[in-house]
Amino acid sequence: MENHLIHIDIEKLMHTANGPMKLTVKTEIGSGELVALFGPSGAGKTTLLRILSGLTDPDKGVVKFGDTVWYDSEKKINLPSQQRNIGFMFQDYALFPNMTVEENILFAQTVKDAKAASELISIFGLNELRKRKPSKLSGGQKQRVALARALARKPQLLLLDEPLSALDAEMRVMLQDEIRHAHELLGTTTIMVSHDLNEVFRLASHVVMIENGEIKKTGKPETVFSDNTISGKVQITGQIARIERQDPINIVTVISGSNQIIKVIAFDSDLENLKLGDQVMVYTKAFNPIISKLG
Amino acid sequence: MDSSFIQTLLLTFKLAFLTTSILLVIGLPIARWLAYSKFRFKPLIEALVSMPMVLPPSVIGYYMLVLYSPKEAFGSFLENVLNVRLAFSFEGILIASVVFSLPFMVQPLQNGLRSLPDSLREASYTLGKSTLTTFFRVQLPNIKPSIITAIALTFAHTIGEFGVVLMVGGNMPGETRVASIAIYDEVQSLNFATANQYAIILFIISLVLLTTIYSVNKKQEAWKII
Repeated sequence: MENHLIHIDIEKLMHTANGPMKLTVKTEIGSGELVALFGPSGAGKTTLLRILSGLTDPDKGVVKFGDTVWYDSEKKINLPSQQRNIGFMFQDYALFPNMTVEENILFAQTVKDAKAASELISIFGLNELRKRKPSKLSGGQKQRVALARALARKPQLLLLDEPLSALDAEMRVMLQDEIRHAHELLGTTTIMVSHDLNEVFRLASHVVMIENGEIKKTGKPETVFSDNTISGKVQITGQIARIERQDPINIVTVISGSNQIIKVIAFDSDLENLKLGDQVMVYTKAFNPIISKLG
Repeated sequence: MDSSFIQTLLLTFKLAFLTTSILLVIGLPIARWLAYSKFRFKPLIEALVSMPMVLPPSVIGYYMLVLYSPKEAFGSFLENVLNVRLAFSFEGILIASVVFSLPFMVQPLQNGLRSLPDSLREASYTLGKSTLTTFFRVQLPNIKPSIITAIALTFAHTIGEFGVVLMVGGNMPGETRVASIAIYDEVQSLNFATANQYAIILFIISLVLLTTIYSVNKKQEAWKII
């Protein structure tokens, strides 16, 4: 595998629902990584993905893929999407309604290769569906076709825009495995927009946390989401779903991933910086947790 | 039915067919440009394209006559350099009806293109496909109902036009005498039977074309894009 370090240093003024916001991103992404762009909606994750793909132009800066300059505002270089050899999976999947599953994949190939298309169709378990039009597919099936199509031209960089947001929890876990599978199989550098913690932990080797248009933290998921000063024995990250007042204490409900609900007792002083929707860590340090095999 | 009746009908269809064909070729790029361009003066261009829908046909006819006149630059160029005279000729009414039916071709196509999610176009670009390939392989096949509507509307509107053809072409049998003008002419000469024959044929054709449009658009609702 060739080494293609992705170098990003861009600025763009975005017009959001909450007024103008400046997207400033300076980071590097290693070859073969599976990177999650994590952060609240409206933080600029999708815009960053579109800038990488060439669908949106930044105001200024540089985007380099290995030695190839994709964008350089000073040198007036802006390689069109067509020449960037990427695979982009859209939030709405953007399957071509006039083509069958097979035709969607064949259309995506740079050099027509029916055998490679068949292989891809088999890998993603689409054999039964190859002659179907996208309108006759379920959400999960569409997602698989979209992923297969994005990989059909053997891209050097795979960009996934909230690939699993439209699916239910069970389907999500299944397809997370498929994304990880595809990544292990092909070793393509993959950048994925997500605001699902569970997804990030399951898939990503590296996290770029974006808030209000700026990178807040980068690193391995465990490091980004855990406060290292705490020597907790059990750490669970999640999101505050409910805060109930039961004098003199509060009961905070935290949802971890998409299916684990944890209730925690908190005093008023604990709640000072906390509000609904905050990403939090639930940890315990006094007891030794017991581990046992399931089933 | 006598031969002049057949001749007039054939001429009417020839005009409608050629107008529709020419407009399909020039309407597609215009519709594409109008659907996606961010040009500052686009509303002005859109207004110009749509003008024939609101202007009296006689106004268009008048300007076309002025344009064709050998006393004006364009007309004298045609006459002196190319040795063509457009006023009161078939070519003259053909050009005039292309101008007059332009919005009926462009608007359905433009609306059809706009109704497609941007992601379809963008997905094709990220797959390395050129704008031309994307237009013909991804965008056009997914707006078939709009294309059928545009063709049927243009055809029907050209058959139905009266004022422009009368101003620009007059009423010359075999050259510029189309069915709508023939009806007027026959009624003036109190030949109600012939007028009635023309009228019934135009009525039925228009009904068939519009029914086609509505049934195609009804089906479209069933094949939602996503």
